[in-house]
Amino acid sequence: MNDRMPYPPLESSITTNQQPMVVNQPEALNFQVHRRTLVDPAILELEQRRIFDVCWLYAGHESEVPNPGDFKTRVVCGRPIILCRGDDGKVRVFLNSCRHRGAIVAREAEGNTRSFFCFYHGWSYDRAGKLDGVPGVSSYPSSFRQEDYALAQPPRVDGYRGFIFINFDAQAMDLIDYLAGATEYIDLIIDQSPSGQMEIIRGVQEYDIRANWKLLVENSFDDYHLLTTHSTWLDYMRNSGVEMKRPERGHLLPAHGIGKPLGNGHAVIDNVNFRGRPVAKWIPIYGEEAKPEIERIRAELVARLGEARATRVADTNRNLVIFPNLVINDGSAVTVRSFQPDGAGGMKVRAWAMGPKDETAQARAIRLDAFLTFYGPGGFATPDDVEALEMVQMGLATWREVPWSVMTRGMEKQGEQLNTDELHLRSFWLQWDKLMQGAKPGQ
Amino acid sequence: MTMPNTLMTKLTHTMPSRSEVEDFLFYEAALLDEWRLDDWLGLLTEDASYRVPPNDTPQGDHRDTLFTVADDIRRIRARVTRLKDRNAHAEYPLSRTRRMIANVRLLPMTGALPDNELEVLSNYVVYRFRREERIREYVGQYRHRLRIVDGQLRIAARTVLIDAHELGSLGSVSFIL
Repeated sequence: MNDRMPYPPLESSITTNQQPMVVNQPEALNFQVHRRTLVDPAILELEQRRIFDVCWLYAGHESEVPNPGDFKTRVVCGRPIILCRGDDGKVRVFLNSCRHRGAIVAREAEGNTRSFFCFYHGWSYDRAGKLDGVPGVSSYPSSFRQEDYALAQPPRVDGYRGFIFINFDAQAMDLIDYLAGATEYIDLIIDQSPSGQMEIIRGVQEYDIRANWKLLVENSFDDYHLLTTHSTWLDYMRNSGVEMKRPERGHLLPAHGIGKPLGNGHAVIDNVNFRGRPVAKWIPIYGEEAKPEIERIRAELVARLGEARATRVADTNRNLVIFPNLVINDGSAVTVRSFQPDGAGGMKVRAWAMGPKDETAQARAIRLDAFLTFYGPGGFATPDDVEALEMVQMGLATWREVPWSVMTRGMEKQGEQLNTDELHLRSFWLQWDKLMQGAKPGQ
Repeated sequence: MTMPNTLMTKLTHTMPSRSEVEDFLFYEAALLDEWRLDDWLGLLTEDASYRVPPNDTPQGDHRDTLFTVADDIRRIRARVTRLKDRNAHAEYPLSRTRRMIANVRLLPMTGALPDNELEVLSNYVVYRFRREERIREYVGQYRHRLRIVDGQLRIAARTVLIDAHELGSLGSVSFIL
């Protein structure tokens, strides 16, 4: 079969215009991003092919389907998928589409099932995706081989410490190489758990933002916006008795923090904690009654990891972006957030809380309470982020008149860059630009 | 707006009638729609809670399930302080809201609650308008646990279920739903 498209290939608005979308001139201390990248549907179309179709994408976490037959459905990069644990204990990812005419076979958001059944003509598949029921199979000619019609899987599926990723490019580099320096930061999160097991906690937060998906990438690890966008959150912390030091010289925030690229477009901000952490730094917001539990968690960390590593785990908070659309913030609590473009000017966000599988009921309650002080559609901070991003998107309607966004903070500094600088944002955009030119990750 | 009778005069019987409860719920709705948040705080008991469970686990417990909102009275007061600050950007300018409350039902006393408390279910529609955005319609059920304090109704717990499968286009819940 010929799988070449009978239509002309997508035009690259980048190359046809002969106009760069990302200008990087280190010698001139200049870095600019063209605002067209945030509004043009043709750019999104190209992103789907050159970024989302070739990068490792977060599909879910093993803990979401703990038992054989457990499944979750969701959409990743426009494709409906099923995450399902088989009788062999293995978690598989299926494309949620019947091999006969293409209908969705798992219609619920989640559940436990013996089989996936397409009600249209009655084809059914077992938990491993094998086609095991075809009504009236005798009418198919001898050319029809039932074993050829198992539920399809993405060309590549792999996991790192429970996080499951898929890749629609069969030739993609291995996940572990793709993740590059991000693994160190995933490991830091996992180290919170005595058993090395973290789990997604029940209760998903889903919300739409009428802004381009890349604006949430920037926002997720941009500490420059904290003081003004989240002043009411900072007031809440202060009014609740959380100690806020005056920023040191050259700093905007009460504690030191850096921004750091991690390779392949991933990057992190890595901050000395002032906002409290369920593992394990008590703040007055948790209440006096939480103090012994936080101290106990802290003691367990030190006993298991040693003082230095325990301090690293407990006294820093980190916002990690895994290119292109996975964010793991280990801040007021741990949140796993992924988002799908919904047109050039919109996105759909899903966010979960994550915690150690073995934490006590009290620790879990403290964690969830801490989560809501900041994150989510009812939190004290996220709604203001949503508002900020939507304000940006509205303002970007002027992109033809004001085409460029400056992104040079920290460019003149040697060495370490602050979390309020923009090195980590630049590293995202440089990877984005490279892939949009046609390169594959790792090339 | 004038205060409804239930707030002016003390209840003379042990349990309020449905129409007295309705008056109270309508009054609460009016305070929220008018952004009279300090007056609204006055309707709450000292141990009040305000919770919005997640759309995928509406019957969940906030201690082991991630909610959209799970406020105790301290957080409710902090939420009001925040909303009154013009730097609560998600609500500046303030949303205009209009609440419709219907199908009010007083649940039968089961002995699960103290003698001075009752549980009330009602259906709501909250229309929310901001700037030139399209209308957002929140539809669902209020679950109030009301307590009679000094002969007056007070809110001891208020749980807001949202019927939408996902919050999605409803966006944030930055106002008090």
